[in-house]
Amino acid sequence: MAAAELLSQEFELGFTYTRSTGPVVGKFLTGLRDGKVYGVRGSDGRVLVPPAEYDPVTAAPLTDFVEVGQEGRLLSWCWVSEPREAHLLQQPFAWAMVQLDGADVPMIHCLEAPSAEAVTTGARVSISWADERQGFITDIRCFTLLQGAAS
Amino acid sequence: MSEPQADVTVVKSPVYLKYRFTAGSAPARFLGRLKEGVLTGQRCPRCSNVYIPARGSCPACGVPTEKEVVLSDKGTVQSFTIVSIPIPGNPIEPPYIVANIVPDGANISFIHLLSECVNEEVHIGQRVQALWKPAAEWGYSMDNIRYFRPLDEPDVAVDRIGKLPVTGLES
Amino acid sequence: MREIAVVAYSQSPCVADAGATNEVELIMPQLQAVYSQLGLASAQDVDFVCSGSCDYLQGAAFAFVAGVDALGAVPPIKESHVEMDAAWALYEAILKIRMGHADSALIYGFGKSSPGELPIVLSQRLDPYYLAPLWLDTVSLAALQARLLLEQGLLTEHDMAAVVARSRHNALANPLAQLAGEFSVEELLAEEHFVAPLRRADCSPVSDGAAAMVIATVEQARAWGAPYARITGIDHRIENHNPCLRDLTDSVSTRQAAAAAGVHRGPVDVAEVYAPFSHQEILLSRALELAPETLVNPGGGVLAGNLMMASGLARVGEVFRRIINGEAGRGVAHATSGPCLQHNLVAVLEGA
Repeated sequence: MAAAELLSQEFELGFTYTRSTGPVVGKFLTGLRDGKVYGVRGSDGRVLVPPAEYDPVTAAPLTDFVEVGQEGRLLSWCWVSEPREAHLLQQPFAWAMVQLDGADVPMIHCLEAPSAEAVTTGARVSISWADERQGFITDIRCFTLLQGAAS
Repeated sequence: MSEPQADVTVVKSPVYLKYRFTAGSAPARFLGRLKEGVLTGQRCPRCSNVYIPARGSCPACGVPTEKEVVLSDKGTVQSFTIVSIPIPGNPIEPPYIVANIVPDGANISFIHLLSECVNEEVHIGQRVQALWKPAAEWGYSMDNIRYFRPLDEPDVAVDRIGKLPVTGLES
Repeated sequence: MREIAVVAYSQSPCVADAGATNEVELIMPQLQAVYSQLGLASAQDVDFVCSGSCDYLQGAAFAFVAGVDALGAVPPIKESHVEMDAAWALYEAILKIRMGHADSALIYGFGKSSPGELPIVLSQRLDPYYLAPLWLDTVSLAALQARLLLEQGLLTEHDMAAVVARSRHNALANPLAQLAGEFSVEELLAEEHFVAPLRRADCSPVSDGAAAMVIATVEQARAWGAPYARITGIDHRIENHNPCLRDLTDSVSTRQAAAAAGVHRGPVDVAEVYAPFSHQEILLSRALELAPETLVNPGGGVLAGNLMMASGLARVGEVFRRIINGEAGRGVAHATSGPCLQHNLVAVLEGA
């Protein structure tokens, strides 16, 4: 049998989905569009941001929405020195686990920072909103570092 | 101020992923010969069935297939349909015929176009032959064959379809 | 309950790019290998077939259906598939045998990850509203986890490099490994960060390949006359899909699965732990409560080669191999699935 020639072809696979949000995710995304951040209070009193539809402990539906702050504290981060093509930020950036003021769990989004050296765990960060908001997670363009001492 | 906007109930969340598809060893060998204007299949070492296009295994026996065999560009209509509605993105004007064609020397059919025929007279068992594009236009594609067209030969009985040798009805 | 044993196993080499080899061509040699270990002719000679794969890896919808071309499904066979690691196909097959619906089963997993950008492809496992649209890749998510461990004093970068050094060293004796060599911890720490705090060497490579296994009741195993290892426990547990709602410094689901599988009912000679990132091997070894004398990933583990959708099954297969070769009497295999150790399976294997 003859050795096979390597025949290959690049292609792009597209899943052009439109998704229903349901009331809980819809509340959060509507809030983002309007420049607000909502969490939901769980059975143990913790405020979950972004809101979970069902309680992570009891599985009960959650409806007790709470508006939380737009600043928070950096719980963990990693430094992406070479952003991938799919990433939202194309200059070096950090992924951040941020606990917003008034929330009891962190959320993950991008953090814009001049360098890895500028980032420290515990730093105060703030939401940087997208110029045009439409009710999507990317209405939060990213987090940015707040000046001043870490909390 | 504009009116308050309605709550968000749906989101558009398209996902696009980039890949580099590779054809596989057996398909690559098939496509390589196709570029030379030759149809090939692979014979199962256990049941002797010949598959086109081969994927490197006999799906009936579950054993690897490695031996290439050259097939004829003459074949037999195993089944067909007359397409009467336009398909988005397909430049072919309906009505046209899409047929399962078993090339002589193979035991299973592939799908291709059937043309230069009276649509209402197309039938199972009909003998057909490939009309190739000019050799300069050949690539790694079944499009090298523009379509199949009727051949002036006797029909093949249904129980003989998919069992003709590479020499067709001549033997 | 019916006692079940692993009776045959084979894995392809881990390669960065299988090139002109399609899924059928990846699978067939492994199937032929397990058939020959038992003298079987095809999948017709077992009662049930179950496979694990993920179409997103190669971007071909219903690619798993093509896998059936490797089986010889004429006349039709009893077949099933999980869109996850084949360790879960093993779990399904074990249930099938326990229920008395089969006495033997063929399990295989395959992954051709090279056609896409794996860390980005896998980002789409995350929830589609909050995380997937951010394209949070698997390396970055693991790096967030690693920093939590580092900054809470639960491990050091030195510890992580030591895991990598041992993996590379162990892989020298593993002909199927993709990455092997002698590296000192100092050399590894001298490398630049990739996604800080992770270095490239802390991350498992992207690999193409396949693995296959045959399991059977102990009675059937004896009838076949091949060496076997009994599966004396298996369990799997899943956690919340949102990594932020989990304690990423521990693996509660692994602890639960280990307890339910009976890991602690006896000494563990060898443990094969599916840890795609160096810090996760330390985290998982703790969650499994492995004793210091337990040999962990003696073939290099997945840091030496990671067959997505087959590496979990391969962990079980590696423990099987150690047992029938007489290198171990009792071993533990761990498999993981989902983002950042969301879902974990633990199996206990013991000699005949």
